[in-house]
Amino acid sequence: MSTAAPPTTPGVLGAGKPGPLQGLLRRRGLAKLLLLAVAAAVLVPLAAAAWPGGAWPTALTVDLSGPLDHASNWIIDNRDSNWLFVYVLGHLSNAVVLSVRGVYLLLLALGWTGVTAGVTLLAWRVAGLRIAAVALVSFLVSGALGMWVPTMQTLALMIVAVLASVVVGALLGLAAGLSPRLFKLLRPVLDTMQVLPAFAYLLPVVLVFGIGVPAALLATVIYAAPPMARLTALGLRGADAGVLEAVSSLGATGRQRLLTARLPLARKELLLGVNQTIMMALSMAVIASMIGAAGLGDRVYQALASVDVGSALAAAIPIVLLAIVMDRTTAAAGEKLGAAPSAAGPRLLRGWPAWVGIAAITAVVALVGRLAGSTIWPAGATFAIARPVNDVKEWMVNHLYSGVPVVGGTADWAAHFTNWVLNPLRDGLTALPWYGVLLVVAALAWLIGTWRTALTAVLAMAAIGVLGVWKPSMDTLSQVLAALVVTLVLGVGVGILAAGSKRFEAVLRPVLDVMQTMPQFVYLIPVVALFAVGRAPAAAAAVVYALPAVIRITTQGLRQVDPGAMESARSLGATRWQTLRQVQLPLARPALLLAVNQGVVLVLAVVIIGGLVGGGALGYDVVTGLATGDLAIGLVAGVAIVCLGLMLDRVTQPTERRTTGKGA
Amino acid sequence: MSRTPTRARALTRALAATAATGALLVSLSACGKADMTKQASPFAAAKGSKSVTLSVQTWVGAQANVAVAKYLLEHELGYHVDTVQVDEIPAWDALSQGRVDAILEDWGHPDQEKRYVQDKKTITAGGGNGVTGHIGWWVPKYWADAHPDVTDWKNLNKYAKQLRTSESGDKGQLMDGSPSYVTNDKALVKNLGLNYQVVFAGSEAAQITQIQQFAKQKKPFLTYWYEPQWLFNQVPMVEVKLPPYSDACAAKGAKDPQSIDCAYPTTPLQKYFNTDFAKSGSSAARFLKNFHWDKKDQNEVSEMIASNGLPADEAAKKWVDEHPDVWKPWLTKK
Repeated sequence: MSTAAPPTTPGVLGAGKPGPLQGLLRRRGLAKLLLLAVAAAVLVPLAAAAWPGGAWPTALTVDLSGPLDHASNWIIDNRDSNWLFVYVLGHLSNAVVLSVRGVYLLLLALGWTGVTAGVTLLAWRVAGLRIAAVALVSFLVSGALGMWVPTMQTLALMIVAVLASVVVGALLGLAAGLSPRLFKLLRPVLDTMQVLPAFAYLLPVVLVFGIGVPAALLATVIYAAPPMARLTALGLRGADAGVLEAVSSLGATGRQRLLTARLPLARKELLLGVNQTIMMALSMAVIASMIGAAGLGDRVYQALASVDVGSALAAAIPIVLLAIVMDRTTAAAGEKLGAAPSAAGPRLLRGWPAWVGIAAITAVVALVGRLAGSTIWPAGATFAIARPVNDVKEWMVNHLYSGVPVVGGTADWAAHFTNWVLNPLRDGLTALPWYGVLLVVAALAWLIGTWRTALTAVLAMAAIGVLGVWKPSMDTLSQVLAALVVTLVLGVGVGILAAGSKRFEAVLRPVLDVMQTMPQFVYLIPVVALFAVGRAPAAAAAVVYALPAVIRITTQGLRQVDPGAMESARSLGATRWQTLRQVQLPLARPALLLAVNQGVVLVLAVVIIGGLVGGGALGYDVVTGLATGDLAIGLVAGVAIVCLGLMLDRVTQPTERRTTGKGA
Repeated sequence: MSRTPTRARALTRALAATAATGALLVSLSACGKADMTKQASPFAAAKGSKSVTLSVQTWVGAQANVAVAKYLLEHELGYHVDTVQVDEIPAWDALSQGRVDAILEDWGHPDQEKRYVQDKKTITAGGGNGVTGHIGWWVPKYWADAHPDVTDWKNLNKYAKQLRTSESGDKGQLMDGSPSYVTNDKALVKNLGLNYQVVFAGSEAAQITQIQQFAKQKKPFLTYWYEPQWLFNQVPMVEVKLPPYSDACAAKGAKDPQSIDCAYPTTPLQKYFNTDFAKSGSSAARFLKNFHWDKKDQNEVSEMIASNGLPADEAAKKWVDEHPDVWKPWLTKK
């Protein structure tokens, strides 16, 4: 039977045509490697002769601390007098404060009855009964957890941040969608923005705007606008050429063509963009509280400062619920757009009467709430979950931390992981000569991508060296790699199981949803309790955070494999394992590569935040920079993280040419 | 196809509406200068006139100060009090901008003091809060009882082996906390020739969790810590004697932070106010100027918050009910 399997593989692959393509690629890869080896043979001896030693040569570093300190002092001294601040940024900040305040006061005026009713009706109108029920329960739970006011603060901030992100993103996307040149220019920038850990750019924003809501909102917009811009541009460019041709042959002007054909055709992408923007904005809620966002994020942050996991969870649950409600509502709206208009529900629920009705009912319910008593959540109707959650945590810690028979405690695993994986990896990477690292990066990026991506990756790495943070960057890199391997092993394993069993996937789905929307910060403290302080807990939190995305992508990739190919393999007598290994996994390769790429990006984001629990390296420098207002330390580390993210993304990102080739 | 024009028109209208709203917001504020250093939080109390914003730092002692001050301001003077959690140095910046009205416990930041109090005069010193703070190195009592000589720094190298962790490698681990706290530990380890590695927990929360974890297992540890601190009630610790603090050593350290080789000073903790707030002559400013208690009072409140799990507000109420003799003068004194 095993002899029968190998011949099937080429035949199956031949059906999808990547067989010869793969051979070609392999040969091209070999040529690339040879070329690189020749270049290395010439350059490495030169480099080694000019700057002996394995660490990045000090002659090639630039010390930015002087100018950066100077810049930071200048900003602090001139913030209340220079025209740039007084006439430009001041108005920006003022507009943010006014609009957030406006929304917040409106929400407070509606009271808990009004807000809950309004959101539920809105969800009903846009997304149907089931999601309306979810919305209703979510808001009631947020209130019952005693989090009503912070939830409203976060909601107000989110509404303004999402609106601003959508407008900014749509305008950028519109420009890029209409002008091919601008698209070429913006595309790499937007792609890169999506892989950057938000932590890296908090400091410059704080320095300019000071701690507070304007800074938090701007950081959120910077983080959340790129997906909107990207998807808008892609949607506009992807419009059906035939339809456009028809419209212009009917004599439509450019503006008419845009408004009547291109934008409507791109509405699915636009809604997907809104959806992604909302999710990104909410994921910033806690991080932004480090720079004064207030609301739920601040509650989480304060609770974690006093090691109160229960209270942190009580504030995190409303964030997750808000995310789920907003995600489901916008996603359902997107699906409905595709459906026929007649299917959009009863007559009463369509057109302007529905909106007026929603507004009227909301107003009435708000009024009733007001007349019945207070507009904020009744103080008696809350239940505290902090105590029981903390008790559970205590129990876990007491029983799992150390000395568990046979398997050993979690702290022992953490110590082993640090001693046997993280330390050798870090020492190895640090001991590797810098040109060696550059060569490896170049080889990997070139093999999987083009010479362009390779060049970007190498330049990003070199920039880290020039900034003088080579050593901490290698430390961070070792943590990312170790966590990535664990994530991939677990994620692909679970993904394979989920792809094989519908029932398992159904059980898994809500768990993954919650894991993905949980603020990363909430993971940090229980992780410390279980794995002690150091790099191991940072890696553990990163694994937990990145796992859902990897599992999802793997499952989807495996599911999408042509059933015909699998059927033919099975009919030729391949066992389940053989089918998986020789047909399913190779055919799902693009998805698996995507999983690696996503995994790297997510792991990096959390390893950086791990600076708060002893992860050290670059993350600690960013935390230090934020905590002490030291631009020189924080900004340099932030830029190094950006470079590291860029490099990791380029090294793991297959080029489009190849993905489209595979898909065909 | 027939639906698309309406949809497009709706879209245009939506876009126009957004643009108009944005323009309106900017123009609302655009009549002249907009000094963002004078802008309040959008979540400030709606009533506006009688409100105070206090900075809460991450440690519980500071939370106790704020809890009691907040309770009294709200219940005795009728103020609305907002609290903001900010790290120490950014808090100075926020204070100078007026986003925060007062810091009730500062552990000494000479650079910031010079910039904001002496040069820019946007911050006014508010005197001590009555508590003296002390930073040092500490070991758990159960360990010091078994090895009494560990409390002298000269013997620390002897114990380095016992304090190894996977993070410190073949050296002993000296655990530090949040990067924002005042620390000379790296210089001290180097200058005193200690075979130790400073491991930064990254945040106080992480450090406390780790100390509690060690204590549960009765494991030895050496940590940067400070008093007054509620954790001493849960995990009794003994201070390790470092070379005594002297003014000469401090002066040397001020010139070159890498050269410090003596213990940390004992610091009377200070209050600082935004200058406009201090000059406003409001009853809140007067009250906060008079705010003055001692270590015992602070620890009482801290412990209720931290280890009994009471909400800060309730802890403050309990203390206020029991100690009217301490706080009554804060209200009446001029």
